[in-house]
Formats: sequence, C-alpha cells, structure tokens
Amino acid sequence: MRTGPTGRGPRVRRGQGAAVSGMFGRILVANRGEIAVRVIRTARAMGIDCVAVHSDADAAALHVALADRAVAIGGAAPADSYLRIDRIVAAARETGAEAIHPGYGFLSENPEFVEAVEAAGLTFIGPSADAIRAMGLKDAAKRLMAEAGVPVVPGYMGTDQSPDRLAAEAEAVGYPVLIKAVAGGGGKGMRLVTRAAEFADALVAAQGEARTAFGNAAVLIEKFVETPRHIEVQVFGDGTRAVHLFERDCSLQRRHQKVIEEAPAPGMTAGMRAAMGAAAVRAAEAIGYRGAGTVEFIVDGSDGLRPDRFWFMEMNTRLQVEHPVTEMVTGIDLVEWQLRVAAGEDLPARQEDLSLDGHAFEARLYAEDVPAGFLPATGRLAALAFPDGVRAETGVRAGDTISPHYDPMIAKLVVHGPTRAVALRRLARGLAQTRVAGTVTNLAFLGALARHPGFAAGDVDTGLIARDLAVLTAAPGIDPVTVAEAALSAADLLGPADPQQGFALWQPLARRIVLRHEGRDLACTLEVRGPDAVRVHVGEGNPVEAARLGGAWRLDGAPAAGVHVAGGRVQVFAAPGRVFEIVDPLDRAQAITGENVIEAPMPGRVVRVLVEAGVAVAAGARLAVLEAMKMEHALTAWRDGVVEEVLVEEGAQVEAGAALVRLAPEEAAE
Amino acid sequence: MKLQSQAIPASEAFRANRAAHLDALRTVEAAAAEAAAGGGARARERHLARGKMLPRDRVANLLDPGTPFLEIGATAAHGMYDGAAPCAGVIAGIGRVHGQEVMVICNDATVKGGTYYPMTVKKHLRAQEIAAENALPCLYLVDSGGANLPNQDEVFPDRDHFGRIFYNQARMSAANIPQIAVVMGSCTAGGAYVPAMSDVTIIVKDQGTIFLAGPPLVQAATGEVVSAEDLGGGDVHTRLSGVADYLAEDDAHALALARRAVESLNRTKPAGVRMQAPEPPAYDPDEILGVVPADLRTPYDIHEVIARLVDGSRFDAFKPRFGETLVCGFAHLQGCPVGIVANNGVLFSESAQKGAHFVELCSQRGIPLVFLQNITGFMVGRKYENEGIARHGAKMVTAVATTAVPKITMIVGGSFGAGNYGMAGRAYQPRFLWTWPNSRISVMGGEQAAGVLATVRRQAMEKAGETWSAEDEADFKRPTIEMFARQSHPLYASARLWDDGVIDPRKARDVLALSLSAALNALIGETRFGVFRM
Repeated sequence: MRTGPTGRGPRVRRGQGAAVSGMFGRILVANRGEIAVRVIRTARAMGIDCVAVHSDADAAALHVALADRAVAIGGAAPADSYLRIDRIVAAARETGAEAIHPGYGFLSENPEFVEAVEAAGLTFIGPSADAIRAMGLKDAAKRLMAEAGVPVVPGYMGTDQSPDRLAAEAEAVGYPVLIKAVAGGGGKGMRLVTRAAEFADALVAAQGEARTAFGNAAVLIEKFVETPRHIEVQVFGDGTRAVHLFERDCSLQRRHQKVIEEAPAPGMTAGMRAAMGAAAVRAAEAIGYRGAGTVEFIVDGSDGLRPDRFWFMEMNTRLQVEHPVTEMVTGIDLVEWQLRVAAGEDLPARQEDLSLDGHAFEARLYAEDVPAGFLPATGRLAALAFPDGVRAETGVRAGDTISPHYDPMIAKLVVHGPTRAVALRRLARGLAQTRVAGTVTNLAFLGALARHPGFAAGDVDTGLIARDLAVLTAAPGIDPVTVAEAALSAADLLGPADPQQGFALWQPLARRIVLRHEGRDLACTLEVRGPDAVRVHVGEGNPVEAARLGGAWRLDGAPAAGVHVAGGRVQVFAAPGRVFEIVDPLDRAQAITGENVIEAPMPGRVVRVLVEAGVAVAAGARLAVLEAMKMEHALTAWRDGVVEEVLVEEGAQVEAGAALVRLAPEEAAE
Repeated sequence: MKLQSQAIPASEAFRANRAAHLDALRTVEAAAAEAAAGGGARARERHLARGKMLPRDRVANLLDPGTPFLEIGATAAHGMYDGAAPCAGVIAGIGRVHGQEVMVICNDATVKGGTYYPMTVKKHLRAQEIAAENALPCLYLVDSGGANLPNQDEVFPDRDHFGRIFYNQARMSAANIPQIAVVMGSCTAGGAYVPAMSDVTIIVKDQGTIFLAGPPLVQAATGEVVSAEDLGGGDVHTRLSGVADYLAEDDAHALALARRAVESLNRTKPAGVRMQAPEPPAYDPDEILGVVPADLRTPYDIHEVIARLVDGSRFDAFKPRFGETLVCGFAHLQGCPVGIVANNGVLFSESAQKGAHFVELCSQRGIPLVFLQNITGFMVGRKYENEGIARHGAKMVTAVATTAVPKITMIVGGSFGAGNYGMAGRAYQPRFLWTWPNSRISVMGGEQAAGVLATVRRQAMEKAGETWSAEDEADFKRPTIEMFARQSHPLYASARLWDDGVIDPRKARDVLALSLSAALNALIGETRFGVFRM
C-alpha cells in the first residue's frame, strides 16, 4: 500500500542540465491547511526550509507548527491575510525565501500576485502571469483553445454582460444552460438554468456570488451536457514543452463540488486517453505553460467514452485539490516536480517515461451537516484519527478547530489499489475506520458513496449524487450493537475497571441508561456482570453481550468501534454522524422551542435583511440572506405569518442558532 | 512469602468437594433468588403499573453503573413468617454513588406494602449499625406502610425496635454521617420520621406521601375528609410543610436528585492504612470449592484457603512454629494490609496466646483483622483445664473484644462454642460477618449435644436401676441431632441475621475486599485493651 507520494514507484530521472545546487534553499508557502502541509512535507524531504504564513486565526495551525519559520500576516478574514499580496511578499523577503508556492485557492491563480513576486526578485512556483491570464477568463480561454484546435463546448463568452444579451445567448445555445462566473472555479458563481423563466433570478444569484468570491461579476453561458462526466487531464509544462500525467475522473459531484475523485477514469479507452492527453498537452503548450496544471473536459458519457465527445471546459493553472490520485497512479510527486521546474530544471520526465499503475481514489472529508442539506459546519475536532493504509492529507489535528473563516475540509483520504475494485474497497474500509468527533461530517455520506452499486460498477456521471441523494444521505438504521456501545460508554464502563466492578452476591443489578437519538429515547438496561462483562438490553430483542478480552471490548463478538464522549453526547465511530445524547434524569427542563423564530443555520454574516417588522410574509418567502463559507443562504419563512421583530442588522456576524427574525405567534397573525 | 498449594485440581477428592459445595451453593442461590423476587409476580406488576420502579431497580439506578453492591441480609427472614417477608421486605447494602460508598436501605412495597416485620426492623437496624460503625452515608428509599400491625409487639416497644431507627438517624446525623431520604411511596405513621429525620429529603410527585396518620385515621379521629395527596403529598411537603426538600417528577428523577445530594457531601476516606498496588492471588479463588473438604469433620490446611484470598498468595506467617492450630499472619487484600487469624484445628493455650499477641500487634499498627473461622472450640480435658486454657482463651477474647481495628469475620467451616468468641463471632461486633454455604454454627455439634443429654439421662436412669437400650438412646438423641442440624444451617442463621449473609466462597476475596473498603470510611481509633489475665 502506498502511503505517500514520495516513497514509491518508478523514480523519475533527474532533469538533465539543472544542477541540484540550483534548488531553492528556502521557500515560502502562501497558503494554509492541508495544501500548505502537503507542500511543506515534500519541500522538507528535498532539504528545503519552509516559511509559513498565517492569519491570526491560524497561529496554532498544523502548517505553522511544521514550518521552520512562520510569519503572521493579518486577520482571520482571507482578505486581511491570505489574499494580502503585499504582506506575503514582504514576509518572503524578510525571511529570505527564494520562492513562493501558492498552493491552491487564495492567490494561486492571481496574475498580479505572480507579478508582485517576480518584481520582488523571487520565483513564483507556478505558471507565468500571462498563462494565468490566458486561462483565467473563461471566454478568452475557450476562444484560445478553439484556435489551438482543442474542442470546446458551445456557449457565449462575450463581454456584453447585459441581462438581455445574456438571456438571448442562453436562448441561442438552448436550454438547459449553465451560467458560470468568468473568473470562477470550484462551483461558486455557477447556476444551472433549465427554463427561460428562471434565467433572470439565477443570473442575479450567480453574479452576486461571483462578485463576492472573485470580485468580478462577469459570467459566461454554456451548453449544459445532459449525462456529463467531468474528466480532467493533469498536465505539466516547463514553459515550452508539456507532458500529461493521464486523466482523473471527478464526476462524483454535488452541486458542482467534487466529492470523490479517481484515476484513471472508469471505462477509459486507450484511444480516448491518447486523444484527451494530446488535446491537453496542446492546450498547455499553446500558452507556454510552466508547472502543474489541469485541463478540464466535459465528456458526454451517454454512449460510453468516445474520442469525439469531449470538450474543453477550462484550465486550472495550479495544483489541484485532487492531485494525489494522479500521484498514486503515476508514482510522481507533483510538488517535487513543481519545485524542480520552478528552480530551472527541465521537465523531469518524457511522455514515454510515464505510465499508469493501478487505481486511486480520493474522498473529501468535510465538516458539514449532510441531513441539513450539506451545510458547512464548524467545531473543535475532539478526535481525529485515520486508519493505516490510507494516505490522509490533512491540515488539522485532534484538538484543532474547524472555523467559519475558511473552507471546512478536514482531510482528503487517498487510497490506491491494483484494480479499481480493490481500491474502492480500501476506500470504503478506510472511511469506515476514520474517527472524527467534535463536529458533524460527511463521513457517512462518503461511506454510502463508496458502497454505491452504480459507482462500484464505474457507472459515473455528475448527476449520480443528485439522483440518489435520498439513498446516499439516508440515516442508516440504528444497530443495537452501536446503541449498546454508546450506552456502555455513557455509563463509563469501557475504561479501566475495579476488579470488583459489577460485583453482586447473587443477581447483578440492572442499571438503566437512556439515550436520545433524533428526538427518540432509547432505553438500555445494563447488567454489569464483572469488570469485563456486561449484558446490554436494547429494546425488545436479544441482549448484546459485551466482553473485554485482552483489554479490548467486543460486542456480540465484534470489536468495539470506539467512541467519543463529550458534553453529554456519545458518538460511536461505527456509525459516523450518529450522536447519542445521554439523557440526564435531572435535566427535566423542557426545551423552549423557538417555532416562531428563524435561526441562523450556521455561523455566517447576515448580508441582507429583506423584511421589517409588521410585514406579512408567505411560507417560503425570503427573510434574510446569510453568507457563510462564501455561499449565500436564503432564510425563508416556514409558514405564512407576520414579522414581529427583526433581531439582527445587516452585516452582523452571527453564530449558528442565532435568532434572526421572529414571526408573530399564529393567533396574532390572523 | 508465597504460599505453595498442595491441592491437585484433577484429583477425585477435589472434584467431589467441588460438587458438594456447588450443591450447597444451589440451595442458597435458590433462597436468594426467592428473596430477590420480592412479593411475587402479581405484586410486582401492580407496582410497575403505578409507574414505580421495582425496588432492586431503584437501588441499581441510585448507584453508579457497574458499582459493586455488597448486599446485607440477602436471605433475611428466609423460611420465617410462612415465607410472607422475602428478603425481610427491605433491601440493604453498600454501593457507590459518585464513587462514595453509601448504605442503601430500600423498602420493598411488593412485600406486604413494605410494612416492618420484626426481621425487617432487625435488618434495618443492622444496616444502620454498619453505616454508623463504618461512617457510611445512609440513603433511605422509602416505600412502606410502617409497622406490620399483627406483629406490633415484636416491632414497636423494645430498645432494638422501630423507634431505634430514628434514634440512629439522629445519632448518625450528629456524627456527620449524612442521612438522605427519598420518599417513593407511602411513609406513614412512625415511618414519617424517616424523611423528617433526614438531612435531605426528596419526594416523588403524585406518588410519595408522608403523614403521621393516613386519610382513614384522620377521618376516624376528626371527621376531616382529605385525599392522601392533599394530606401529605409531594407538592404539600415541598411547598407548604417543608418536610421534604426536593420534588421529583418520577422515580428516575428522584434517584438522580439523591445522587446529586451525595455528590455535594464532600467526604474523603481517612488515610488510615498504607495501601499498595492490588494483585490477584496466584491461585484462582475459584478453586476454594475444591480445596475445602465437603465434610466439616475432615481436617485440611487453612493455608489452602488463604492462598486463594490474598494478593499474590503472599502470607507473612507470625510465630509459624508456635500454637500451630491458629494461623496468624500479615497479608494484603486488594492492596489493603490485613492481619489474618485463621483456625487450623482446635484451640490450645499456645494458640490462644499467639492469637492475643497477634491481635495486639495489629491493634498497635492499625491493621484491619480478618478472621477465618473453622473452629470446634478450645481443647478440653484435665491437662488443659489445669494449665489454665480458660485464662489463655480469655486473653484472646479480651484482645478481640477490645481492639479498635476493624474486624471482618468469615465463617468458612464450623463455628462452635467458645471458639466462636475468640474468633470474633457476632457478639464481638465484627464490622461484617459472612458465612459459607458449608458452614455450621451452634453452641456445640449436634452429636455432642445429643451425647451430653443422653449421658446425663443414662446416668439418671442407671441410678434409678433402669436400663436404656441402644435403640432407645438413638431415638432419644435423634430429635436433638435433627434440631441442631436445622438450626445450625447457614440459611437458618442468616434468616435471623446472626450474620450479614451467606456468600459464594468463590467471591470470598471480593466480599472481604469490599468489606475492608467500606470499613476504611471510618478512622481507625486507638485501642485500649482490658486487663489480660496473665
């Protein structure tokens, strides 16, 4: 099993001509989280010193702890720190860094940043500002690609951004269409429109998001492919020549956010791969690309993969989040390549040196509330552990906090196997054995995806998740063994025990533990029969027999899954996301239900308040807009009524559960 | 030094012993199960239908999950009152609440409405005595109609009758031994003083009642018609009368409130003894059933038992070459230092002197004493009387009676005659006294007693010139032998609370460890011995 990008596979020859002494002595990593950690790890292995930069919120973050030096560059908001070109460049100069690695996101595709870095006499580890510009505006990029002979999707990419023109173009392309932010990426500022009637609203929303996220409201219109697959090709250039490192399939998406990626693409044929690879290399060489980049294609998968059914979407001029799957199947450390090429070496390998080995998957573990509609979540990671055999790329440790300031990704779990089936089983197993506590996560959802029969069959397209969402997010049934483990933990019986624990002269005592799960009380009875034996009655069925053998608990013969207990709640790792509340008989106070109060579903900033006291609203009416995690969430009235009071002001930063708007009680509303 | 067992678990004798002990154990087990079932299936159903928890579940949910529960008098009143009072209608025992060892006394309302039979009173008082001697906070889970009226003469008037319960509460409260009552049902007449005399009282809403006289008696006395709830329900007592302090929604809530009350007691165990890391015995306590002969008359080496009780089977024998029929020595039990005094045959003058000496040592050092009783008595005969065995026996009895260190007695075989005194029998107020199913207790053996009576009668008949056939003599002796056999049985003894319970010998180590742990809640005082007859 591969556990890291650097420790395996065919070592690629050192580039000819470039002396090893030309390598940087010290670099600055202008990023945070897992990608900063990832870059530092490879740089370290190459003997390069690393300087981290961090916001005030990240002063104790993992990437800071791992770096040789760290520089504070401002406040928690990205605009005050990780997007501050001036401070980052100054930090690099102060610390004597020779080059800056941008990671992904933040300034990674900002040509002004590249220019500022280079103006300061430093090396930018990535493409030229021109290359970024060429690909940064999607309309221009498509034109360029069409000229270079790369197939492109029909659409409108003009500068006339008037709503009428855009609507007319959408009509011309033919519904359904996608509205996308010209400067965008990552699904932000993107809307799918199926009917002309919805176009105007969707356009406003997309432009709003684009403005917030990228400072540029311009959008493009694009034909929406009905059974689309998202297949992208990893390319690597040295400024003149480029090679491709085969494809990745990122079709498993939810609302344009990638969830699980893999390499190679299921069903890929040699002919299709050659055609796509050649097109990608053509794209990279057309703009004199240097460093790691990704050419994204949309593929019509309705009739298998055919060389005439793929179109250029965009080129990402950075290292991608999902780059590890490529590393796993090629044995190449892409960060190492980035550093070497940036330091002036030639391409470390020729196309014919590169080959595919086996299959790899990456699953993105997020702090998010899946049942609540995948809302981003926050929290302190009370527990965080990954099983052996999984490459976990993470920027956090147990005890760290997922804050509302940044992306709520906890980790990427990457697995490799000789075949797709084996790799997928390893992914499912790795997810099942991953332990996270302290926040809700999408772990159960990822597990359900990894076990999805269609996915297992390689039958993937970007609509899969939306089609099967109900099944994929269905709460698994409550297994009595899981409940029993929660009860044992609630009773504090899993830890070290007195030799006399459970002693009784004759019959054991039967202790009740009540757990609450999704509003339902589960009464368990524990007969403690000794320090290492407990019989747990859960409901009416057969009791669960818990026994400790050699220090390890087994329940009905199966090893205990492990638990995390905090604040009157128990989480059993067997069932991710299943949290049992320990019912304290003392806690008799009835929860006051705020049924008239509309609360913030997550922490965020109230960007708009759309109602005022006294206004009558219909069920579903938008009351306020909350911006969180760079997404706008409309808060709607759940019933008809009259607004009695608005409890927040526009611009206020609120916590999850904060009361925003109160409706008049129903009697009063009539 | 580590004891070396001579037992051969594969041997015929070992297996035969084990089978016989298991047989005796089954009888006790059945009696305990009967007691635990309380007033029977119908009474239990009625109790549950009222939304009440069964008494044993009340105890379980009061105590910490997994707590050891050292039950007192688990077969009290067995075979008495025509079986009307299983477990004497009250559950008593030591368990832990938030780690604090407490005495729980829980009425069983499924047994004649929880009314007090004479044995109920005796058991309640014994539990209070244990609490008082060992400084254990008392938790009373009250659900009782008060004195059992048909038995009022044996329940009400005497010193150790009903009134003593409240006397004890007051005295314990004065000694800073907290008294906490949870009223979970009736609490009538004298019983009303249990909550009233407690430091903290919790009452269950629409279920607990406290009054000196119930509605029928009130109507008879004054003509006033009033409901039980208005007369003395939870609402009345927590809002108007102040007899109770906390109003609970139901049993579970009430028990949780009681747990919270214990949490705020702020008690620590006095640091009296030097504990060491506990260690299991090198020999499995389970083998006790095989190493102890089935027949009391078969001699065996008590070291075989000690090896299966103490930490690491290590035993530092005192005066091993002197008075060998009394084994004395130091050991650790679940980390606690103990002085063990164990019979290995009949007591001679030397054995008694050695015993007195050893008790003096333990008293001086503040080491708790464990007595393992298997004693037919002191040696008889001219030689022994003339050398003053009574004087030497008196030394041992004096030492045992006056030592201030905790004594825990376990009757592992016979307990006959004056041997019972020297070995800390019930009269010598050990903190706990436990018996094994194979044990027997009486003033002397049945055969000997019948023999004494027959000898006296034969002499009288011979004096009168009559003859007595061997057959007639056997007929004469039989009732005595049978009476002794019945009355010396451990269940007969335990029913009358001559001890704190019959236990499974395989659990003897745990029982001793828990008894010691409970005993260490009270500071070990200074010993002042009486005059030793030298």
